[in-house]
Amino acid sequence: MISQSRQHSLLQAIEEDPDRRVDIPQGPSYLTNPPGTTFWQGVASWVFTLDHKRIGVMYLCGIMTSFLLGGFYAGWVRFELWNPTPNLVGGSVQEAQDAYNQAFTLHGAIMTFLFIIPSIPAALGNIFLPMMLGAKDVAFPRLNLASFHLWCVGALFFVATLLSSGLDTGWTFYTPYSTTTSTSVIFATMGVFILGFSSIFTGLNFVVTVNTMRPKGMTWFKMPLFLWGIYSTAIIQVLATPVLAITLVLLILERTLGIGIFDPLLGGDPVLYQHFFWFYSHPAVYIMILPAMAIISEVIPVFSRKHIFGYTFIAYSSVAIALLGFLVWGHHMFTSTESKLAAVIFSALTFTVSIPSAIKVFNWLTTMYKGSIHLQAPMCYALSFLFLFTIGGLTGLFLGALAVDVHLHDTYFVVAHFHYVMMGGTLIAFLAGLHYWWPKMFGKMYNETLARIACLLVFVGFNLTFFPQFILGTQGMPRRYAGYKPEFQFYHQMSTTGFVVLGTGLFLAAGVLIYSLFRGKKAPNNPWGAATLEWKSCSPPTHHNFEVQPWVGSPYVYDDFVYDPDEEGYVEVLPDLKRGLKPAEKPSDQPATT
Amino acid sequence: MNPLSNLTASLWTPAPLAAPGVWFRDQASTFAGQIDWLFYVILWICVFFFVLIVGMMIAFIGRYYARPGHNEESTPHHNNVLEASWSIIPGFLVLGIFGFGFTYYLELRTPPADAYEINVIAKKWNFAFQYPNGVIDANLHVPVDRPVKLILSSDDVIHSLYIPAFRVKCDCVPGRYSTLWFEAKTPTASFDPDRPPSETGSDENGYDLFCTEYCGQGHSTMIAKVVVHESGTFEQWLEEANKYDPSESPVERGAQLYKDRGCSQCHSLDGAKLAGPTWKGTYGTQQATNKGQITVDENYIRESILEPMAKIREGYQGVMPSYQGQLKDKEIAALIYFIKSLQEGTEVPDTWTDVGGVPGQDAPDSEGANGAEAAAPASDSGDSPATDSPATDPPADDSPAADPAAPGAAAGDGEDQPEEGADQPSAVEDESGDANQTNRTAA
Repeated sequence: MISQSRQHSLLQAIEEDPDRRVDIPQGPSYLTNPPGTTFWQGVASWVFTLDHKRIGVMYLCGIMTSFLLGGFYAGWVRFELWNPTPNLVGGSVQEAQDAYNQAFTLHGAIMTFLFIIPSIPAALGNIFLPMMLGAKDVAFPRLNLASFHLWCVGALFFVATLLSSGLDTGWTFYTPYSTTTSTSVIFATMGVFILGFSSIFTGLNFVVTVNTMRPKGMTWFKMPLFLWGIYSTAIIQVLATPVLAITLVLLILERTLGIGIFDPLLGGDPVLYQHFFWFYSHPAVYIMILPAMAIISEVIPVFSRKHIFGYTFIAYSSVAIALLGFLVWGHHMFTSTESKLAAVIFSALTFTVSIPSAIKVFNWLTTMYKGSIHLQAPMCYALSFLFLFTIGGLTGLFLGALAVDVHLHDTYFVVAHFHYVMMGGTLIAFLAGLHYWWPKMFGKMYNETLARIACLLVFVGFNLTFFPQFILGTQGMPRRYAGYKPEFQFYHQMSTTGFVVLGTGLFLAAGVLIYSLFRGKKAPNNPWGAATLEWKSCSPPTHHNFEVQPWVGSPYVYDDFVYDPDEEGYVEVLPDLKRGLKPAEKPSDQPATT
Repeated sequence: MNPLSNLTASLWTPAPLAAPGVWFRDQASTFAGQIDWLFYVILWICVFFFVLIVGMMIAFIGRYYARPGHNEESTPHHNNVLEASWSIIPGFLVLGIFGFGFTYYLELRTPPADAYEINVIAKKWNFAFQYPNGVIDANLHVPVDRPVKLILSSDDVIHSLYIPAFRVKCDCVPGRYSTLWFEAKTPTASFDPDRPPSETGSDENGYDLFCTEYCGQGHSTMIAKVVVHESGTFEQWLEEANKYDPSESPVERGAQLYKDRGCSQCHSLDGAKLAGPTWKGTYGTQQATNKGQITVDENYIRESILEPMAKIREGYQGVMPSYQGQLKDKEIAALIYFIKSLQEGTEVPDTWTDVGGVPGQDAPDSEGANGAEAAAPASDSGDSPATDSPATDPPADDSPAADPAAPGAAAGDGEDQPEEGADQPSAVEDESGDANQTNRTAA
């Protein structure tokens, strides 16, 4: 709620001079086809669309399906671990062990490559990056479609993996295990290889779009922080993903032709694979977390009705994380016979990455100071992000400290740590973004109360699932174990119980959102009073996003937005100064060219 | 552990979160105290920042939640002093954490020159601990209060050796040697080698030793126990472990090896198909391999142990690592007797004496020790890749090539003239010195 006197004066102003009220012309939704379209034309209009929003929606469907599949394997893992002896499937312990090894591998591979990496950039970023720039589309719409099609091909390779002999290497494909196992390593690595190109194309597209398509008046430091986050992510995608591609090609050649680069009997070195792999995969964790931080940087100011605090520090910290993230891959190998010198350097660099993350957290927190905090679903998720990411980030300190890492490496402590960062961080921020932008994407409002209950269930379930794993780790429970010592059972059962609560929360959240598509109230143009450009279109947007060019103001100044009870949303009130400039500056009736 | 850490540790640990048993189990090595101390320091730094951040978040929600009559107030959008302080203060804290982590890590990676050396060979899915006198055991036996250096290698994929109670861990990488060291400070109360480590609690029957690098089907059963011997008793154990009693049953010895040396991970005794063929009823049968039909006889079994890739049974992946240099002739013979005993109608001897003594039994104290030392890698840095795999090194002890006919001949004797062996005094003579000292009965 903006200050009452200010709200009053704004309401008075638009009453006196209705021209100061920014009216957003409505148009046909990008989701619907013109009347008379046949079914197959309709299908083709989606599959071959060049509309970044439709591509984003298709990505959203794809990654949510992947998430469901990855979640199924997570459930397999958790229920297998209910008992100390592997017995979930099959007649023998060995069969249950094999099934478990496949389950944790597929859980990790699907969640990482098919869900988290594309989740925020490719789905939400695709829809909102151009809109935040006030643009009609990304710089290369065809390349954008190509990267989605590549994603589908990559996903098909994963389906082929599942239908053939599965995968049991762990999502990291460490050699020499991955070159000797009989499971479908080649299908899976081909899939990851192709998904990598999808990721590179998307990143390239975003870099060019941000560089060339910013509207007049939006300088680098007037961009919304979401764009800074996505831009930093895109740079990592373009620079790091090729290394993964090369590594996986070498792995495939090793498996098929026995070139020996990773095989000690032929003069190769299996630890070299780990260096190659983590040179990509450590930056990849920043591909996963930077967009999440970018969403939080949008949600917290809007729902606190406050300008973001420390804009430049948050922006630069994204870039700093992106660059430093390239220099710390060796901290995954402190116990892999890495030299002492290398370990010390990687440890020191690892600690430097903690500073930009700390800067972000403190800035978000200070943004809330003296604000007016609206606890709607997106903000509830953002606050749970702050809570969970703080734990995830702080527990990284244990793992960065060399001597302590030797004890904790490859135990459940690491599992808990990265789930707090990747799931408590990225997934929760993704949900914050999904709830935040849902009204814009689909033009429907969801049930706020149920969405908040779902958020609470997710929060409680998440902590119940993963906090006990920190204790399992310090007590010495190794990861990727299908069975375990009886004294660990209490914590494992807590964890599995937490999984049930977490799963219930996620299904409730999904149900609330899907229900809204059919029965939800029509969404106003700007339900939250946000100032970034994507809210200056109708909900849902038209094919060209903006029927009239939006007014480019500061992305974090909410003083000119007033809540209109008739619309159940916010309307923008133009500053009085601009009156003299009209009508040229306020393009009231210039439809965007096609 | 320095006195400062001791003092500070006593200040940290009484707090509820640091209650013994919540975060850690035993502190059984000299490293454990200081690593736990560093853990608690970081823990309390984390608790401080967590309470600060989440406390402020909750306080702000409580004070500034949107409600009628409450308005947001305009405050500055940036403040360089604040930004600098929340960059620099955590910066110094992490610098401190880094410093301690680094110092203790160097200790972990720098074994003293006089450390007692034990070779460790990791393979799917067991560890073999090889002592200077040639003894190989499935569990790690170490003396208390003496630095012990483990020289690690792997025969197949990457494994990792982890002893939670000692807070040490290092990967076993094929093609290179790595080392870790520790000094155990609490002796094991009791130890029963017949209890399987993967089914024994962490607090009993020795300390747990886990494989922590995923290595396939049996990864979660690749568990051994660490037995810390009271001063003086370690040498006694080592001496006894090296002796074979001619009056013990070769079949029982084979059954023991089957459990201890990882055979049980892939070969069942009940006919079930695991990663490898079952041993039940296999002896003497005709089987198809990738090199044609073979008969499962002594020679085939011996070859499969030493060169598993030579002939691979149909329907199986060639995944078995070679035991070349890791099983003595008498052990291979015992395994052959054990496999034979699983085929109905096959006669097996009751004691080694029945088959003319323990094959290849020698003067273990001299030859065994020399052999093991020769096999130990010259470089212990662990940083530079060794060019040759440990698997390709010459066998450490009794070279199988030196006496190729031994198990076959012995087995042949057993088959043809099962009773005759009792009349062979020479074997008894050979072993008489050992026989009255030890009587390791296999379970």
